[in-house]
Amino acid sequence: MIPLEHFLLLSAALFAIGIYGLLARRNAVLVLISIELLLNAVAINLVAFATYLDPGRIAGVILAIFVITIAAAELGLGLAIVLRVYRLRSSVNVDEVDALRW
Amino acid sequence: MTFAQVAFYVLAAAALVSALGVVVVRNVVYSALLLILTLSLTGLVYLFLYADFLALVQILIYGGTVSVLLLFALMLTRPDQYHVRAHAHWPLGLAAAIVVFAVLAYQAVATDWLGGHTPVLERASPAAIGELLFGPWAVPFEIASMVLLVALLGALILARRSEGES
Repeated sequence: MIPLEHFLLLSAALFAIGIYGLLARRNAVLVLISIELLLNAVAINLVAFATYLDPGRIAGVILAIFVITIAAAELGLGLAIVLRVYRLRSSVNVDEVDALRW
Repeated sequence: MTFAQVAFYVLAAAALVSALGVVVVRNVVYSALLLILTLSLTGLVYLFLYADFLALVQILIYGGTVSVLLLFALMLTRPDQYHVRAHAHWPLGLAAAIVVFAVLAYQAVATDWLGGHTPVLERASPAAIGELLFGPWAVPFEIASMVLLVALLGALILARRSEGES
């Protein structure tokens, strides 16, 4: 049997990679891609905890399904906003969209 | 080591390498395709957690629909020749990632999660998931469907060309 800690380490590594992508990428689509990585790492954590600590009650799987649902909704809306920004600015770099910055 | 353990570590290593590729490669299309690969591989990781239905859902949704959505978005936004530079402050992002990983990994390893006893893992069968989703979780399920509908309409309205716009 694979120890629970190894699933947690995998998810922590995926989460850290997602954080790096979130902060280091300039293209807004790639920022959204990094958010998908983050959400996926969280879903692994949820399923691992539910399977190991609370076997029989599969609440973790249900929560992971909701995470996937919300991730899909977020990605669709986010990409629509990115398209809108591209039409206005002809650019999808997040540091060039700074109208609200002071 | 049993076959299952070897398979898990190979799978996890492959998922991590392709996840690194997602955030490092210059070509945005490669980045999107590597994301699909990463998410499909983590879908396979769910198999080791006895969640076969979730593995199927993950591969179906990310491999089937999110990939199309992302590639369309990349095509429509035409980033400069599809090659992108990293942010000027990328070392800060790297530092943040290392700190996050250190904290999470320390907590994951240092905590005694199971309290000594070994759990008997049970399969999350699709029938049980269905009964839970439409029983105790029915209200969140309906709210999630409303969220999807609102997101769909919102995306439609946002992405539509308004009058007078070229």
